[in-house]
Parts: sequence; structure tokens; C-alpha cells
Amino acid sequence: MLIHISSPHMHGGNSIRITMLTVMIALLPATIVSVYLFGWLAVLHLCLCIGACMGSEWLALRLMGRPTTPVLDGSAALTGLFIALILPAAAPWWIALLGSIFAIILGKQVYGGIGYNPFNPALSARIILLISFPLMMTTWVVPMHLGGSALNLYDFNTSLQIFIHGIQSIPGHLDAMSMATPLGHVKTAATQGIPVIDALKSYDYNLLDAFLGSEAGSMGETSALALLIGGIYLLARHTITWHIPFSYLITVAVLALIFSSIDPNQYAPPLFHLLAGGLMLCAFFMATDPVSSPVTPLGQIVFGVGCGVLTWCIRTWGGYPEGAMFAVVLMNMAVPLIDHYCRPRPYGRKT
Amino acid sequence: MSDSSLFQSLMHSLGLGHSDFNGGIHPPMHKITAAQASEVSPMPPVLIVPLKQHIGEACIPLVQIGDHVYRGQKIARADAYVTASIHAPTSGKVVKIEDHRIPHPSGMGLPCMFIEPDGHDTIDPACLPIVNWRENDPDLLRERIRQSGIVGLGGAAFPTFIKLLRDRHHPVHTVILNGIECEPYLTNDHRLMLENTRQVIEGMQILMHVVQAQKAIIAIEDNKPDAAEAINACLSKQRLDLTVEVRLMPTRYPQGSEKQLIESLTGKQIPAGKLPLHVGVLCQNIGTTKAVYDAIAEGIPLTERMVTVSGDAVPKPKNLRVRIGTPMRFVFAQCGLEDFDDIQILHGGPMMGEKLRSADIPIVKSSTGILAMHTATMQSVHKHEDPCIRCGHCSIVCPIHLVPNLLADHCRNNQFDKAEDYHLFDCIECGCCSYVCPSNIPLVHYFRYGKGQLAQLTRERRFADESKARSEQRERRIERENADKAARRQRVRAETKPVLDGKNSTENDGDAS
Ligand code: SF4
Ligand code: SF4
Repeated sequence: MLIHISSPHMHGGNSIRITMLTVMIALLPATIVSVYLFGWLAVLHLCLCIGACMGSEWLALRLMGRPTTPVLDGSAALTGLFIALILPAAAPWWIALLGSIFAIILGKQVYGGIGYNPFNPALSARIILLISFPLMMTTWVVPMHLGGSALNLYDFNTSLQIFIHGIQSIPGHLDAMSMATPLGHVKTAATQGIPVIDALKSYDYNLLDAFLGSEAGSMGETSALALLIGGIYLLARHTITWHIPFSYLITVAVLALIFSSIDPNQYAPPLFHLLAGGLMLCAFFMATDPVSSPVTPLGQIVFGVGCGVLTWCIRTWGGYPEGAMFAVVLMNMAVPLIDHYCRPRPYGRKT
Repeated sequence: MSDSSLFQSLMHSLGLGHSDFNGGIHPPMHKITAAQASEVSPMPPVLIVPLKQHIGEACIPLVQIGDHVYRGQKIARADAYVTASIHAPTSGKVVKIEDHRIPHPSGMGLPCMFIEPDGHDTIDPACLPIVNWRENDPDLLRERIRQSGIVGLGGAAFPTFIKLLRDRHHPVHTVILNGIECEPYLTNDHRLMLENTRQVIEGMQILMHVVQAQKAIIAIEDNKPDAAEAINACLSKQRLDLTVEVRLMPTRYPQGSEKQLIESLTGKQIPAGKLPLHVGVLCQNIGTTKAVYDAIAEGIPLTERMVTVSGDAVPKPKNLRVRIGTPMRFVFAQCGLEDFDDIQILHGGPMMGEKLRSADIPIVKSSTGILAMHTATMQSVHKHEDPCIRCGHCSIVCPIHLVPNLLADHCRNNQFDKAEDYHLFDCIECGCCSYVCPSNIPLVHYFRYGKGQLAQLTRERRFADESKARSEQRERRIERENADKAARRQRVRAETKPVLDGKNSTENDGDAS
């Protein structure tokens, strides 16, 4: 084997696989919560997405005549895990499969595989799914522990039936089994001219639930607490730095604070924004995806602020209730530019 | 990171917290030889002394084959400015002068002088100490340091006297003794601080006298508290009237890099293209300081140095005081290593040292350490290179605040002007970036490649410019000569005209008729 002449002749031992594994470990709390909330449905999705992502990666590499070892580097599995966590539990299997194939083939391999994809594969897959199948991607089953649900997702057969045939195949009224996300509810209310405060009241919204995760939403997005634990783990392991998540979250909070104090009827308060939808997942896991985010510390702050502004704007004024994924993917496009202009000042030089 | 450097400089200007350099890593230190007293290496059968052991020009031999030399006798003269002369490491006979491999990764050869020791180790009678150096002119001491062939012994081998030049506009107020030794495995400075404390401190005083500095800081990494204690004890015994401060610095690589150390100690960065004296400091390595002491107070030029012999393939690692020119094979043999199958040799520490191709290479002035590593260990480090996943870890650890992954891209794609724009030449090749890279990208390798190519390009450009200038000059000369010739012809014609005129005209007339 080649031994480089060049120093250093020591290495810290980090590898792509370790990096990916660390992120997966960080997602463990959110994954556990998703299984707790959505029972077998979550398990089925997790298995399918991870399997499909690794399978399509293997296939793509085979077809291109490249070595297939990268399948095991953990990045495809991680993409699969991400896709499962950002899907609504009621999405049927083929949506998960399509999303996985799309993420790996069109989101990653066509660009040249790991390291070359300009966008976060899982997020771009979700956007395509949302645009292609808006209804299925916005039907949210009532989480298990909320009770009152007509569905028992801890029952394997019920879950399998929803997984295969969709939630419509279950006898009973769809409304009884599904509910809106807080963001969706507020958005709908806004279009009807109902003030935010009233909308939240009618939703029976409370911050603790939002923090712990007992509300409707994508499988892995509901519990801010679980995601926060994972995020802190990533920070502690130095897999990510504080720059992106903090600048992102603070931007959203500051914007929400300013506007909600100007007009509390029209604009939702900061904590609502922070705990709602995919923000936590995006801030700690998606926006910090190494490949599609800036490398320089200053660039990362610019990126985070950009994500924050876009997220808040889309949520507030856009057509979709949730803007985090669009924001991150939009900012992904600006990364080469950001990296070029946000280079740090080298030692001993003036800018 | 730029933002934390901002924070730090803010803290520093407020007088809060201690300053620090940015980035850096914490590799395992493997300082296996730290607690062990150094030994004196025996004299090898033959010493191979390269005639160039420093940054700069090669030296011209002063002795001939068959000549007898004394220890400390100058055997090669430095003519260029940035250079250092070479002295005989022991007394003996010059047996040959020919090309031999020197410690360089390319395995390249340079003229070397082969000296057979006579076993007496007689010091050149001309080598005299300057005992009362305190009363002496700094310039005279500096000249002695220059004549003693002293270069930076921390690995860079930059001629020391150049750093000692005094600049009226930039007086040096502080001398920094660099006792950091942040490279893993290496402990030679550590041992010097423990075993030659007094000499090191006197060397420091000499340096302070030469540059007329009022203050000194001895910086020691906090993994060597015993060295700090020894120095403190020695200082309090001597009751110096100078301000000398011993500072324990947090262990972090590359704390010992001159730029980083100065930043950590003073909070100031050396402006690009400038020297430490531009921020009022002089930074010298411990080994160099000891060599300065030897040259002035003992009168012995640089002929010996402390070398750490270590690595996972060395049965009995230790620090040895080795004469310059001793073959590494001989040095390793002192430490129980004779068989070099499946073993890789490193010259210097593992972070910045070069891999050598053979053990038949002499110890030179810059040999801080020689490490023998099992090939398997090295292979586990130099693994297959994966694509960059843009994790940004390299930017975080870079003490120069470069963006290594983008810089490496430019080098790999031969976009050298872009690489220059990304400050390729500011890279100190500390290796932090490669060390943390999860994709095992040999970033430093690309930087060296880029620097080499750029240097080549610049040379070629200069050569092209020069030859263009030459050919233009030649054309101008030919033109001028032609013009001269024409003028001369005309003048000749003009002078001869009156005589010839009539004749010519008559001839012409005749022709015409
Ligand atoms: S550390 Fe390696 S993988 Fe990460 S950005 Fe730098 S070069 Fe790329
Ligand atoms: S080797 Fe160069 S680019 Fe890499 S960390 Fe050191 S100074 Fe920065």
C-alpha cells in the first residue's frame, strides 16, 4: 500500500463511517420517540427507507462500474434514516421507496456520490414528494399516546395495512384518525383571518407538548427535546459546530420575536416557531449536513442566518405551512458563493 | 476560527483571559523518552558531514582529502548570506568528499565530507570561549554565532545570526525561549532543559545581550512541569536582575510553531511576510540556545546535538547526544534496532517529519529526532483517500485559518493562481488538517505539490522573462552594432568622399555614357 512521503504520519482516526455513525447515534432519541408515537408504522418505514437507500446506492454504483464499498460507509443508511424521520407516518410504502430512490440516485449519485451533492439528499427527496403527492405528504395520523385515536399503531397488522394500502384503507373516518400539525393549523387559520392566538387556543396548543413531541407531525420531527439531546451530543462530539444551528435558531427566534411583538394577532410567538415543524431537525441535522453546508465558520453563520430568514418568511408568508426544508435546500445553492466570500482572515494578514 | 479569534483579541485587549492561537489538535504524545536521562553516543567509524544543512546555499569545502581536522575546525565556508558554515564534528582525517544521501524525502544526494575519527576528539586550538561575553559588543557575539554555524535546531535550520540582526526601527524587547516541543515522541528539548538548565539559561542571557532585550519568556508546555521546575529553581538560584518569566502553556499542537507561540504569548500575529522582530520579539528553540551557549561560553561550534531516537519499532528508545554526521543506522543500533525490514524511518516528529528511504543517512543539524515505525503502523495512517465530505474540520483546526479543503482542490486541479489567492504559501505544513480529515485526504501532500509547482512556474516565468530580456538585449545590441557599422561606413565614405567623388562621378558618368 502507498505510504505517502508527506507528513503528517499520524491520524486522528476519524472516518466517514464514524462521522455517519455519530449522527445516527445522535438521531437515536428522535428515532425512539418516533417508534413510541407511531408504533410499527415507524419501524416499517425505518426498515424500508434504510434498506432502499442502501440498495439504490449499491445499484447505482454497480451500474456505474464503481467500487461498491461506499454502500457501507453509513451515508446511505443515514439518508434512509433521515427520510423515514421526515415522512408522515401515514405515508404508504411506495412513497418511502420513491423518496429513498430519489434521494440516493438523483440527489446524490448523479452528482458523483458522497461529497459532491450540492443539496441535502433527504430534504430534496422530501420536497419532491411534497410537491408530487401533496395530500399524502400532509396527512398526519394522531400519535399513539395522545389517546382518542381510532388506530392502534402498536398492532402490527393495522400498521402493516396502513403501510401497504394507505390510511384510507382503514375503515372509519379519516378525520378521526388524523389531525393537523400546529403549523398547518395556524396557516389554515391565517388564511381564514383567525388571529394566531385564537388558532392556537382552538388547537389546544401548549408548549410542553410541543417540546416533548406529543403533537402531529413527521415521525422524527415532533419531539424538540429528543432532537435537542441529539444536537447537543453532536456538538459535544465535535461532529458539528455551534455556528449553523445557533445562528439558524436565533434568527428564527429573533424574527418571530420582533414581528409577534409588533402584531401578536398575525405573527406566531418565538417559542412556537422554535418548537414547531421540522426546525429543530433541520437546524441540528439537515442544515449541518457537512457536504451541502459551508466549510468556513463565518460561512456557516451566514448560512444559518439565511436558513432562519427563509424559514420564517416561508412559514409566515409562503404557501406552505413549513418552510425549513425549502430554506435549507435554497441555502444549499448559495454554499459555493458563501464559502468563497466568507473565507477567514489568514494569520498575519489584513482582509 | 475567525470569530473566536475576534473574541480572543477582544478579551486580550480588555486584559481578560490569556491569549491563545486558533485551531490545533491533541494528538497522542508518546513521549516515551521523557523521563530517561540522555546518553552520549559513541563515535561511529566514519562521519558523513553534508556540506549543506540549512535553508540557503551550500558551502564550499575548506579542507582537502587526506587533511587532518580538529573538532570544531571549519571545514566548509559559507559564502552566501543565508547560510551557515560547517565544522568538523570530531578530530580525524578527511577520507573523501562525494555525493551522499541526506535527510530529504526524495532521497537526493548532496556533497558530503567523510571524516574518519582519530579517536582523540581533539578540539581545534583556535576554538576559544568568550568568557566575559557580558562586556562584549553584541555585534562581535553575533559574528561568533555566525561563525559557529548555528542554525535553528528545532527542525527549520534557519541560520540563527540572521534572526539576531538588530533593526533600529524594530527593537526586540522580549526573547522567547521555545521549550514547547509539541511534536509527539520528541523529548530532546525537554531533556536539555532538565540536564543543561544552567547552560540554557546562560544561552538565553547571551541572546538577550545580543539583541539588547530587557525581558525573556521561557514557554514550556504543561506536560513538562519538571522542566519548568528545574528552570525556576535555577533562575531563583542565580537571582538574575533581568525579567524572566516561565510560562506553562496548554498542551496543544502546534503550540511550538513560532507564529503560534508568539500569538499565544503576546496576542500579536506576525504580519504576513514579516519577522518576529516586527512585533518586537526574538524566538529561539531550546537546542539552539544551548548551542549559542556552547559557541560563546565554551567556544565550541555546532558539532553535536541532542537527538530523540524513538518510534514503535525501536526496542530501547532514548535521547542521544550525537555528533553531526553520525549515520542513522549507527544511532539506531545504540537503541537496539539493527534490522530495518518492514520498518519506516522518519526524520523529525510524526507530524512534520519526512519519511526517509534508508538508514544510511547522516544526522544533520536539523535532526530533532529519528523515529522508526513499523510499516503496518504507517499503513494504518496513510489509508485510502475518500472524497472530501466538506465537514470543515480542517478549517477549524488550521492555526493559520486557511480553508484546507478548498485549497487542496485548487492544487489538485492545478489552479495555482487560485491556490495562491487562497494563501497557499501561508500554510506552515503543520499537518493538523490531514490529521483530523475523516476522508484521509493527504492535504499537506497537495499543498507541497502546489508549492513545488508554483515555485517551478515562477522560476520558469522568471527564466522566460530573463531570456526574453536577453534576446531583446541581443537584438538591441545587434541593431546598435548595425547602426554603428552603418554610421562608420557612412563616416568612412564621407571622409573618403572628396577624393572619390570626382572619380566616382566620372566613372559614373563614364558608365552612363
Ligand atoms: S477535513 Fe477532510 S473531509 Fe473534512 S472538509 Fe477538510 S478535507 Fe474535506
Ligand atoms: S498544514 Fe497548512 S492548511 Fe493544514 S492546518 Fe497546517 S497550516 Fe493549515
